[in-house]
Amino acid sequence: MNRISLDNVTKVFNQGRPNEYAAIRGVSLTIEPNKVTCLKGPSGSGKSTLLSMIGCLSRPSSGRIHLGDQMISGLPERFLTDIRRHTFGFIFQQFNLIAGLSVIENVILPAYPLAPDHQSLMMRAHELLARFELDHKADSQVQWLSGGEAQRAAICRALINNPQILIADEPTANLDTKLSHAFMGQMSQLRKLGKTVLITSHDPVVFDSPVVDSVVELLDGSVFLGEEHAA
Amino acid sequence: MSFIRRQRYLVDYILSSMLRRKGKNFGLMLVYSLIVFMLASVMLFTHALKQEMGLLLQASPEIILQRMVAGRHDFIPETYLEKMGRIRGVTERKGRLWGYLYDPSVKANYTLMVAEDQALDATEVIIGSAIARARGIVPGDYITFRSFDGESYSFQIKSLLDHETEIVSADLVLLNRKAYRALFGVGEGVYTDIVLSVSNAREVPKIAEKLVQRLPDTRPILKQEVLRTYDAIFSWRQGILFVLLAGAIMAFVIFAWDKASGLSAEEKREIGILKSIGWETSDVLHMKFWEGAVVSLLSFFIGYLFAYLHVFYASASLFEPVLKGWAVLYPQFQLIPSVDGLQVATLFFFTVFPYVVATIIPIWQVAITDPDAVMR
Amino acid sequence: MLLNPAIMALILVSAVVVLMLGMATVFAVQVLRHWDISSGSEQQLILERRTYLISTLMSWAFAAELVSLLLFIYNAESMSGQFVGAMCATGVLNVNAWGWPTLFMKITLFFTGAVWLTLNALDNQGYDYPLIRLKYLLLILIMPVVMLEAYLQLQYFLQLSPDVITSCCGSLFSANAEGVAAEVTAVSPAIAMWGFYVSGVAVIAMGVIYLLKNQGATLFSLLAIVAFGLALVAIISVISPYIYEHPQHHCPFCILKSGHGFAGYLLYIPLFLATAAALAVGVVGPWQHIESLSMAVKVRGQQLVRLSLGMFILFYLLSVAYVASSNLVMQGVWW
Repeated sequence: MNRISLDNVTKVFNQGRPNEYAAIRGVSLTIEPNKVTCLKGPSGSGKSTLLSMIGCLSRPSSGRIHLGDQMISGLPERFLTDIRRHTFGFIFQQFNLIAGLSVIENVILPAYPLAPDHQSLMMRAHELLARFELDHKADSQVQWLSGGEAQRAAICRALINNPQILIADEPTANLDTKLSHAFMGQMSQLRKLGKTVLITSHDPVVFDSPVVDSVVELLDGSVFLGEEHAA
Repeated sequence: MSFIRRQRYLVDYILSSMLRRKGKNFGLMLVYSLIVFMLASVMLFTHALKQEMGLLLQASPEIILQRMVAGRHDFIPETYLEKMGRIRGVTERKGRLWGYLYDPSVKANYTLMVAEDQALDATEVIIGSAIARARGIVPGDYITFRSFDGESYSFQIKSLLDHETEIVSADLVLLNRKAYRALFGVGEGVYTDIVLSVSNAREVPKIAEKLVQRLPDTRPILKQEVLRTYDAIFSWRQGILFVLLAGAIMAFVIFAWDKASGLSAEEKREIGILKSIGWETSDVLHMKFWEGAVVSLLSFFIGYLFAYLHVFYASASLFEPVLKGWAVLYPQFQLIPSVDGLQVATLFFFTVFPYVVATIIPIWQVAITDPDAVMR
Repeated sequence: MLLNPAIMALILVSAVVVLMLGMATVFAVQVLRHWDISSGSEQQLILERRTYLISTLMSWAFAAELVSLLLFIYNAESMSGQFVGAMCATGVLNVNAWGWPTLFMKITLFFTGAVWLTLNALDNQGYDYPLIRLKYLLLILIMPVVMLEAYLQLQYFLQLSPDVITSCCGSLFSANAEGVAAEVTAVSPAIAMWGFYVSGVAVIAMGVIYLLKNQGATLFSLLAIVAFGLALVAIISVISPYIYEHPQHHCPFCILKSGHGFAGYLLYIPLFLATAAALAVGVVGPWQHIESLSMAVKVRGQQLVRLSLGMFILFYLLSVAYVASSNLVMQGVWW
């Protein structure tokens, strides 16, 4: 079980230029494994920037990030990617499915660079789709899916490489309340499977949800307040 | 193994991506195929001509001996056949009579040659098929030539020359010795040149040396040298055309560069998604190079196929005037199809290689898209 | 100068390769000056991304060089009709003093490319890029070699004038001529074959030692270079006459022709691959002590040594088979 710990992490954009600004300033926090954690804050507070650093999508300008015992903050992109695709699954605000491809093709995309055996990959994909009640849509094009279906397809895609940690960036921004609740239900399901879930959101449906174990509030790139929820 | 499997996944992806955007590569492939088509046509055509020449010259004599007077080619006395004496290695020697005749009606030069072995009457000729075409005559018809002293002589056409050798026989007229002498006013006892057959090609230079010693006012022309000259001339013409086409290649390179760097917003987003879900820079690089490979192979194949059809089935109608020479009587003949590895490799370096080099930097720029770009 | 498309292609390729390496060198200098793996700055990220561009440029440049080596030989072969006395590639290379050096430079570049790309691939497996300075320094050193090759080739083609009487392989590789090529031919067949077998046994033995104990990578590479040289000598002096079934015909290029069953490809491809892989073993081997690479060194070293050994063994078996199955009998003459 890998705990994620951040130690005085800073991210500066446009370093050394007049328009330099710090999106994250000295954030230290710990994300416990097998919990649902929510990063909350208004837009522009640095939630997504922090999330992308935790998810190995980018590197901090300074400070350290540890994934378990391994320090990931100093790794070159090549190796960050390798860790990322084995450890993290991503769900994006816009779902970011590739139009023109079928649901199943979208789901298996993250596995391509790892080159698993095609048959077992397809089996895994169908299992996932079945679990999220999408199996009947496997061969339809993603642009014909409803919002809820697209959301579930995105979750399946995030899970295809069987990652330990799931990262969701504003997942409910394009969903109505009913679907948002359904999404949180799916997250709790994943937690029961032993996954760690990290969500950014400024949607009360998310951070007030009983599914969320802890909330970290960000304001102007710093941790504002941490409050514990009863699980 | 996993490397190959990964490439298969990448090829799979790029193929489906290209099928989704069929129109996107169309313009590029059109230009690409056109470039391949032009260069391949030039190469196939000259190569086939060169081969044709080689085949034809195979039958021609190893040595042609000409007499030089004041540095110019002149008639050679029959006595020279005796004077040169016996030379070891020479299997046959005989004098030839030939010359050029201008025909104002078709504005073309004919080559008139005495054919002793054809048993022609003094009023009979055998002509090349190009002449027959130009004058619109068939065997049995009459053809009239003006002699050196203004007289007109009519000849009956006995037959046409073999179609297969048309590249050299197009403008040829075979006639009787007497007719030749009457037309050109050439006296008895001289030939235009003397030809020698040599059975062992290695002895040719030695024999040529002896000839020059024994007959100091003659010049031997060796078949080897003629072949070499044709070889050089065809390579040269091919080279000149390539230089002329260099501008087109350059334009194509710029076009390819532009095409590779000007991705649509949708494609950029797609690559951003791939990077965010775990594709690495080198995965995207490989994928894009597979795209280049597919485009290149298809264009190369299409261009080459059309060039092949153009040269061997349409008689290279686009390049004929440049490459074959400037004669008025164009030979019309079917070239023997021949493809050669060196040519294909060279063509590859003129088309695919520039394309690859032109796309390296644009592809790299796409591949290093920030993985978190889709989150912004 | 001769203006034919193949020559133009070769000159074009060498010019473009110089250009590509020039670009790679500029980037390499920038990387060397500003590289700081521990920094999380944007500048460092840009440099890291540049390494992909450099790798790509180098891969394509060396791939192009390899194809141009083949094209160079094919072209020499096809031009043999244009030079008096040149009956095959040997004669055409002999037309002026630049022919052979160009060929040697092209072969050198092939091996250089194999070595550099191996080093690059190895370094990319260490999360802290431990060899980055070394490999980019090497890259800067390769630049003049590539320029030299381009220069030699250009000189060779510029000074190619047809109709210069050249010696064809018959005279160049006959034992009483002078020059390097003739000296190689004049090596007694017995000595050539002894060198061939001894170096073969030595390089294979050393390869097996490395395979089993993971030691002696450098020695293996050195032996491979020796074996490569002696193999070429043996091909010219002994093996090709057996293939041609003619004791005076020593040409190393004519065996590439269809008339001899493309025997040349069957010999040269394994030999060049084996030597390149052996050099790569020598490049990979010494970095076992670097913590971030030790695993990669083990895995890659074993892969490479297996490839090299397999190819060497294939090469020696084929050579012996050609000699054994030939109708030429030199018992009592050569041995």
